[in-house]
Amino acid sequence: MSQHIEPLKTYVTVFVSLISLTLLTTAVAFIDLGPFNTVVALAIAFCKMMLVILFFMHVRHSGGLVRITIIAGFFWLALLIGLTMADYQTRTWTPPPQAWSKTAPPTHP
Amino acid sequence: MSDTQVEHAEQTGLAHQFEDLSQQHDADTFGIWIFLVTEIMFFGGVFAGYAILRWFYFAAFEGGSHLLDIRLGAFNTVVLLGSSLTMALAVRSAQIGSRRAQIIFLTWTLILGGVFLGIKAYEYHQKFVEHIVPSLDWAPEGEVLARLAPGGLNHAQLYFFFYFGMTGLHALHMIIGMGLLFWLLLRARRGDFTPAYFAPVEVVGLYWHFVDIVWIFLFPLLYLIGGRY
Repeated sequence: MSQHIEPLKTYVTVFVSLISLTLLTTAVAFIDLGPFNTVVALAIAFCKMMLVILFFMHVRHSGGLVRITIIAGFFWLALLIGLTMADYQTRTWTPPPQAWSKTAPPTHP
Repeated sequence: MSDTQVEHAEQTGLAHQFEDLSQQHDADTFGIWIFLVTEIMFFGGVFAGYAILRWFYFAAFEGGSHLLDIRLGAFNTVVLLGSSLTMALAVRSAQIGSRRAQIIFLTWTLILGGVFLGIKAYEYHQKFVEHIVPSLDWAPEGEVLARLAPGGLNHAQLYFFFYFGMTGLHALHMIIGMGLLFWLLLRARRGDFTPAYFAPVEVVGLYWHFVDIVWIFLFPLLYLIGGRY
C-alpha cells in the first residue's frame, strides 16, 4: 500500500494550530483595521483550509492527479468569483448609451 | 474469477476491476475529490452571490452580522474542528488496524457533529425569537430594528437569506455526513475495515473535512464581517 500513516503528534499539532487560528481570527474582529479586517479574516481562513487539506485530508502525501484536481477546482472557483466581481465592479465605468435614456435608466447602488 | 480469487477479494475488499489495492485506493480518492470539486463549485455559486451583495449593501450585512452571537459561532468552529480531528484519527485507527479506536473516534465525531447542529438549532431558534427570519417571520423591533435600520430593512433581510441559506446548506451536508458516519460505525463494529481496506472511512473522512472547510469560511464571512469594535 502507498498509504502513509501520519504520526499522532502531527494531527494534534495541526488541531492546536487550527484552534489558535480560530481564537486569533475572533480576537482580530474586535480590533479596528478598517478594510483589512476582512482581508485578515479571509487570510486566516485560507491558512486553516490549507492545514485541513494538507494534513487531515492527506494531500501532503497525495499524488499529482489529486493535487491537480484540487488546483483545478479552486482555479475555476477563482474564475467564478473573480470574473463576476470584475463585471459588477466595472459596470458603472461607462455611461449607458443615449438611446437607453428614453426608458428609465438602469439604476445601480 | 476462481473461487480462491473471490475468497481473496472478500477478505481484502479488492474489487475485481482493479489490479491491486493501491490502484483501487488511488481511484477511490480521485473519485471523491472529483465529487468535492463539484461541491466547491456548488458552494462557490452561493459564495459569489454573497460577495456581490455584501459589496452592494455592506452596511445592511454588517448590521445583520452584528446580531449573530460571535461566541456561539467561535465555539461551534472549535467543535467542528474537533470533529475533524477525531475523524482524521478514526481514519488513522483504520490504517493501523485498531477496531476499538475506530469505534471510539467515529462515535466522538458523531457526538461533536450533533453538538454543532444542536447549537445551530439554538441559534436558529433565537432568530425566530427576534423575528429576523426572512419571509417566514420578518418583523424586527426595538433594539434589533435599531441595529438593522441604518442599512435598510430589505437589504438586512437579504443578509439573513444568505445566513439561513448558507448555514442551512452546510447543516444539510452535516446531516448527510452524520448518516454516513453512523453507517461507518456499524461497519466498523462488524470489523469490515482493515489496514489493507478502509476506503469507506477514508472517503467519508474527506467529505467530512470538506464540510469543515466550508464552515471555516462561513464563520468569518457571516459572523466576523464589519468587526465588533
